[in-house]
Amino acid sequence: MPTIQSIAGQLEPHPDVALVARVRDGDVSAYDTLVRKYERQLFRIAQHITQNREDAEDVMQDAFLKAYEKLEQFQGNSKFYTWLVRIAVNESLMRLRKRRTGRMVSIDEDIETDEGSVPRDLADWAPDPEQNYGQAELAEILRKTIQGLPPGFRIVFVLRDVEGLSTEETAETLGLSVPAVKSRLLRARLQLRERLSRYFHKKKGLMETGIVK
Amino acid sequence: MTCKDFLALLDDLIDDEVSPNMRTELQTHLGRCGHCEVVLNTTRKTIEIYRSHEIYDLPTDLRERLHAAIMSRCKKGC
Ligand SMILES: [Zn+2]
Repeated sequence: MPTIQSIAGQLEPHPDVALVARVRDGDVSAYDTLVRKYERQLFRIAQHITQNREDAEDVMQDAFLKAYEKLEQFQGNSKFYTWLVRIAVNESLMRLRKRRTGRMVSIDEDIETDEGSVPRDLADWAPDPEQNYGQAELAEILRKTIQGLPPGFRIVFVLRDVEGLSTEETAETLGLSVPAVKSRLLRARLQLRERLSRYFHKKKGLMETGIVK
Repeated sequence: MTCKDFLALLDDLIDDEVSPNMRTELQTHLGRCGHCEVVLNTTRKTIEIYRSHEIYDLPTDLRERLHAAIMSRCKKGC
Protein backbone atom coordinates (compact mmCIF):
# COMPACT_ATOMS: atom_id res chain seq x y z
CA MET A 1 0.00 0.00 0.00
CA PRO A 2 1.43 3.39 -0.99
CA THR A 3 0.61 4.99 2.36
CA ILE A 4 2.67 2.38 4.17
CA GLN A 5 5.57 2.52 1.75
CA SER A 6 5.73 6.28 1.95
CA ILE A 7 6.66 6.20 5.64
CA ALA A 8 10.34 7.12 5.81
CA GLY A 9 12.59 4.24 6.73
CA GLN A 10 9.75 1.73 6.64
CA LEU A 11 11.20 -1.73 6.14
CA GLU A 12 9.82 -4.16 3.60
CA PRO A 13 7.41 -6.49 5.34
CA HIS A 14 9.00 -9.82 6.23
CA PRO A 15 8.03 -12.49 3.64
CA ASP A 16 6.57 -14.61 6.48
CA VAL A 17 3.84 -12.02 7.02
CA ALA A 18 2.21 -12.83 3.68
CA LEU A 19 2.61 -16.58 4.25
CA VAL A 20 0.99 -16.36 7.68
CA ALA A 21 -1.89 -14.37 6.20
CA ARG A 22 -2.43 -17.05 3.58
CA VAL A 23 -2.45 -19.81 6.21
CA ARG A 24 -5.06 -17.85 8.14
CA ASP A 25 -7.15 -17.78 4.98
CA GLY A 26 -7.01 -21.57 4.90
CA ASP A 27 -4.12 -22.11 2.50
CA VAL A 28 -2.30 -25.13 3.95
CA SER A 29 0.39 -25.03 1.25
CA ALA A 30 1.60 -21.72 2.67
CA TYR A 31 2.13 -23.48 5.99
CA ASP A 32 4.05 -26.19 4.16
CA THR A 33 6.44 -23.46 3.00
CA LEU A 34 6.86 -22.12 6.53
CA VAL A 35 7.49 -25.59 7.96
CA ARG A 36 10.15 -26.29 5.30
CA LYS A 37 11.79 -23.00 6.01
CA TYR A 38 12.22 -23.52 9.74
CA GLU A 39 12.15 -27.26 10.44
CA ARG A 40 15.94 -27.60 10.54
CA GLN A 41 16.35 -24.75 13.01
CA LEU A 42 13.59 -26.02 15.25
CA PHE A 43 15.02 -29.52 15.27
CA ARG A 44 18.46 -28.15 16.11
CA ILE A 45 17.18 -25.96 18.94
CA ALA A 46 15.16 -28.87 20.36
CA GLN A 47 18.22 -31.15 20.22
CA HIS A 48 20.35 -28.57 21.98
CA ILE A 49 17.86 -28.20 24.81
CA THR A 50 16.63 -31.76 25.26
CA GLN A 51 19.88 -33.46 24.22
CA ASN A 52 17.78 -36.33 23.05
CA ARG A 53 16.98 -37.16 19.47
CA GLU A 54 13.52 -38.67 20.00
CA ASP A 55 12.48 -35.74 22.14
CA ALA A 56 13.72 -33.38 19.46
CA GLU A 57 11.63 -35.15 16.82
CA ASP A 58 8.54 -34.88 19.02
CA VAL A 59 9.21 -31.27 19.93
CA MET A 60 9.60 -30.29 16.31
CA GLN A 61 6.30 -31.88 15.32
CA ASP A 62 4.39 -30.63 18.35
CA ALA A 63 5.75 -27.09 17.97
CA PHE A 64 4.62 -26.82 14.35
CA LEU A 65 1.22 -28.28 15.17
CA LYS A 66 0.78 -25.98 18.13
CA ALA A 67 1.78 -22.97 16.06
CA TYR A 68 -0.73 -23.99 13.41
CA GLU A 69 -3.53 -24.33 15.95
CA LYS A 70 -2.67 -21.08 17.68
CA LEU A 71 -1.95 -19.01 14.62
CA GLU A 72 -4.93 -16.78 15.45
CA GLN A 73 -3.08 -15.78 18.62
CA PHE A 74 0.04 -14.74 16.77
CA GLN A 75 0.16 -10.98 17.11
CA GLY A 76 2.40 -10.11 14.23
CA ASN A 77 4.31 -7.56 16.29
CA SER A 78 7.03 -10.13 16.76
CA LYS A 79 8.52 -12.18 13.95
CA PHE A 80 6.79 -15.44 13.14
CA TYR A 81 10.14 -17.19 13.53
CA THR A 82 10.75 -15.93 17.08
CA TRP A 83 7.20 -16.80 18.02
CA LEU A 84 7.75 -20.30 16.68
CA VAL A 85 11.06 -20.62 18.51
CA ARG A 86 9.39 -19.64 21.74
CA ILE A 87 6.87 -22.46 21.33
CA ALA A 88 9.69 -24.92 20.56
CA VAL A 89 11.75 -23.77 23.56
CA ASN A 90 8.78 -24.25 25.90
CA GLU A 91 8.03 -27.69 24.47
CA SER A 92 11.70 -28.63 24.80
CA LEU A 93 11.89 -27.53 28.42
CA MET A 94 8.76 -29.54 29.20
CA ARG A 95 10.38 -32.68 27.76
CA LEU A 96 13.60 -32.00 29.59
CA ARG A 97 11.75 -31.67 32.88
CA LYS A 98 9.92 -34.94 32.25
CA ARG A 99 13.19 -36.78 31.75
CA ARG A 100 14.92 -35.19 34.67
CA THR A 101 12.25 -35.53 37.30
CA GLY A 102 13.40 -34.08 40.56
CA ARG A 103 16.11 -32.03 38.93
CA MET A 104 15.61 -28.34 38.59
CA VAL A 105 15.44 -27.31 34.97
CA SER A 106 14.81 -23.65 34.53
CA ILE A 107 16.13 -20.95 32.32
CA ASP A 108 15.23 -18.11 34.61
CA GLU A 109 16.88 -19.32 37.80
CA ASP A 110 20.06 -17.47 38.54
CA ILE A 111 22.86 -19.82 37.77
CA GLU A 112 25.25 -19.99 40.66
CA THR A 113 28.54 -20.74 39.07
CA ASP A 114 31.62 -18.71 38.47
CA GLU A 115 33.08 -21.29 36.16
CA GLY A 116 34.57 -19.64 33.14
CA SER A 117 33.79 -16.13 34.27
CA VAL A 118 37.53 -15.55 34.59
CA PRO A 119 39.57 -16.95 31.70
CA ARG A 120 42.22 -19.34 32.97
CA ASP A 121 43.53 -20.94 29.84
CA LEU A 122 45.47 -18.20 28.13
CA ALA A 123 47.53 -20.21 25.64
CA ASP A 124 46.84 -19.42 22.02
CA TRP A 125 45.06 -21.79 19.64
CA ALA A 126 46.41 -23.30 16.47
CA PRO A 127 45.61 -21.18 13.36
CA ASP A 128 42.73 -23.32 12.08
CA PRO A 129 42.32 -25.64 15.03
CA GLU A 130 39.27 -27.49 13.70
CA GLN A 131 41.35 -28.76 10.79
CA ASN A 132 43.24 -31.06 13.15
CA TYR A 133 40.09 -33.16 13.57
CA GLY A 134 37.91 -35.15 11.24
CA GLN A 135 34.31 -33.96 10.74
CA ALA A 136 32.76 -36.59 12.99
CA GLU A 137 35.39 -36.17 15.68
CA LEU A 138 34.98 -32.40 15.64
CA ALA A 139 31.19 -32.64 15.85
CA GLU A 140 31.59 -34.94 18.86
CA ILE A 141 33.94 -32.48 20.58
CA LEU A 142 31.53 -29.60 19.93
CA ARG A 143 28.52 -31.60 21.16
CA LYS A 144 30.24 -32.80 24.30
CA THR A 145 31.49 -29.33 25.09
CA ILE A 146 28.18 -27.52 24.70
CA GLN A 147 26.27 -30.27 26.51
CA GLY A 148 28.36 -29.54 29.58
CA LEU A 149 26.95 -26.03 29.93
CA PRO A 150 24.07 -25.35 32.33
CA PRO A 151 20.79 -25.29 30.31
CA GLY A 152 20.27 -21.58 30.93
CA PHE A 153 23.63 -20.73 29.36
CA ARG A 154 23.32 -23.26 26.58
CA ILE A 155 19.95 -22.01 25.36
CA VAL A 156 21.05 -18.38 25.31
CA PHE A 157 24.21 -19.24 23.36
CA VAL A 158 22.31 -21.37 20.87
CA LEU A 159 19.59 -18.82 20.17
CA ARG A 160 21.85 -15.79 20.09
CA ASP A 161 25.08 -17.09 18.54
CA VAL A 162 24.12 -20.20 16.62
CA GLU A 163 20.62 -19.33 15.38
CA GLY A 164 21.34 -15.63 15.06
CA LEU A 165 18.48 -14.13 17.08
CA SER A 166 19.20 -10.65 18.38
CA THR A 167 19.77 -10.09 22.10
CA GLU A 168 16.29 -8.56 22.36
CA GLU A 169 14.65 -11.46 20.51
CA THR A 170 16.49 -13.97 22.70
CA ALA A 171 15.27 -12.13 25.80
CA GLU A 172 11.71 -12.04 24.52
CA THR A 173 11.76 -15.70 23.50
CA LEU A 174 13.05 -16.86 26.89
CA GLY A 175 11.17 -14.37 29.03
CA LEU A 176 14.45 -12.98 30.36
CA SER A 177 15.63 -9.39 30.66
CA VAL A 178 18.20 -8.08 28.20
CA PRO A 179 20.89 -7.75 30.93
CA ALA A 180 20.21 -11.35 32.00
CA VAL A 181 20.68 -12.54 28.42
CA LYS A 182 23.89 -10.54 28.12
CA SER A 183 25.41 -11.89 31.29
CA ARG A 184 24.52 -15.48 30.36
CA LEU A 185 25.87 -15.03 26.87
CA LEU A 186 29.25 -13.77 28.09
CA ARG A 187 29.61 -16.63 30.53
CA ALA A 188 28.46 -19.19 27.98
CA ARG A 189 30.98 -17.93 25.45
CA LEU A 190 33.80 -17.91 27.98
CA GLN A 191 32.98 -21.37 29.32
CA LEU A 192 32.88 -22.84 25.84
CA ARG A 193 36.14 -21.12 24.98
CA GLU A 194 37.75 -22.49 28.10
CA ARG A 195 36.58 -26.03 27.41
CA LEU A 196 37.50 -25.97 23.74
CA SER A 197 40.98 -24.68 24.56
CA ARG A 198 42.19 -28.11 25.55
CA TYR A 199 41.44 -29.42 22.07
CA PHE A 200 42.50 -26.44 20.04
CA HIS A 201 45.82 -25.39 21.54
CA LYS A 202 48.85 -25.09 19.35
CA LYS A 203 50.76 -28.36 19.19
CA LYS A 204 53.21 -27.23 21.85
CA GLY A 205 50.41 -26.63 24.32
CA LEU A 206 48.89 -30.00 23.54
CA MET A 207 52.11 -31.80 24.34
CA GLU A 208 52.46 -29.94 27.58
CA THR A 209 49.02 -31.00 28.68
CA GLY A 210 49.71 -34.56 27.62
CA ILE A 211 46.88 -34.80 25.08
CA VAL A 212 49.32 -35.35 22.23
CA LYS A 213 52.15 -37.75 22.92
CA MET B 1 42.09 -0.18 31.49
CA THR B 2 42.52 -3.42 33.41
CA CYS B 3 41.94 -6.95 32.09
CA LYS B 4 38.77 -7.05 34.16
CA ASP B 5 37.48 -3.90 32.45
CA PHE B 6 38.36 -5.42 29.11
CA LEU B 7 36.52 -8.63 29.90
CA ALA B 8 33.40 -6.70 30.91
CA LEU B 9 33.31 -5.22 27.41
CA LEU B 10 34.36 -8.35 25.54
CA ASP B 11 30.86 -9.18 24.30
CA ASP B 12 30.18 -5.63 23.18
CA LEU B 13 33.45 -5.65 21.27
CA ILE B 14 32.67 -8.99 19.64
CA ASP B 15 29.13 -7.89 18.77
CA ASP B 16 30.39 -4.55 17.49
CA GLU B 17 28.42 -2.53 20.01
CA VAL B 18 31.15 -0.23 21.32
CA SER B 19 31.60 3.47 20.65
CA PRO B 20 34.61 4.56 18.54
CA ASN B 21 36.26 6.01 21.67
CA MET B 22 35.80 2.84 23.63
CA ARG B 23 37.09 0.81 20.71
CA THR B 24 40.32 2.84 20.72
CA GLU B 25 40.74 2.20 24.46
CA LEU B 26 40.15 -1.51 23.96
CA GLN B 27 42.63 -1.61 21.09
CA THR B 28 45.23 0.11 23.24
CA HIS B 29 44.77 -2.51 25.94
CA LEU B 30 45.02 -5.30 23.36
CA GLY B 31 48.25 -3.79 22.04
CA ARG B 32 49.98 -4.46 25.32
CA CYS B 33 48.09 -7.40 26.77
CA GLY B 34 48.71 -10.73 25.08
CA HIS B 35 46.30 -12.52 27.43
CA CYS B 36 43.30 -10.43 26.47
CA GLU B 37 44.25 -10.75 22.82
CA VAL B 38 44.15 -14.55 23.13
CA VAL B 39 40.83 -14.43 24.99
CA LEU B 40 39.30 -12.18 22.33
CA ASN B 41 40.54 -14.22 19.37
CA THR B 42 39.69 -17.61 20.83
CA THR B 43 36.24 -16.44 21.95
CA ARG B 44 35.54 -15.18 18.44
CA LYS B 45 36.77 -18.47 17.06
CA THR B 46 34.55 -20.40 19.49
CA ILE B 47 31.46 -18.61 18.19
CA GLU B 48 32.53 -19.02 14.59
CA ILE B 49 33.12 -22.77 14.99
CA TYR B 50 29.69 -23.33 16.54
CA ARG B 51 28.07 -21.21 13.88
CA SER B 52 29.70 -22.98 10.96
CA HIS B 53 29.44 -26.62 12.05
CA GLU B 54 26.19 -28.50 12.05
CA ILE B 55 26.44 -30.67 15.15
CA TYR B 56 22.89 -31.98 15.10
CA ASP B 57 22.11 -32.66 11.50
CA LEU B 58 18.70 -33.68 10.33
CA PRO B 59 19.10 -36.43 7.70
CA THR B 60 16.96 -35.90 4.61
CA ASP B 61 14.86 -39.05 5.08
CA LEU B 62 14.04 -38.19 8.68
CA ARG B 63 13.30 -34.63 7.68
CA GLU B 64 10.89 -35.76 4.97
CA ARG B 65 9.18 -38.19 7.32
CA LEU B 66 8.68 -35.56 10.03
CA HIS B 67 7.58 -33.00 7.48
CA ALA B 68 4.98 -35.35 6.02
CA ALA B 69 3.70 -36.19 9.50
CA ILE B 70 3.31 -32.52 10.43
CA MET B 71 1.53 -31.61 7.19
CA SER B 72 -0.85 -34.54 7.24
CA ARG B 73 -1.94 -33.65 10.75
CA CYS B 74 -2.36 -29.99 9.81
CA LYS B 75 -4.51 -30.94 6.83
CA LYS B 76 -6.76 -32.90 9.14
CA GLY B 77 -7.20 -29.72 11.11
CA CYS B 78 -4.72 -31.02 13.73
ZN1 LIG C 1 44.34 -7.70 29.51
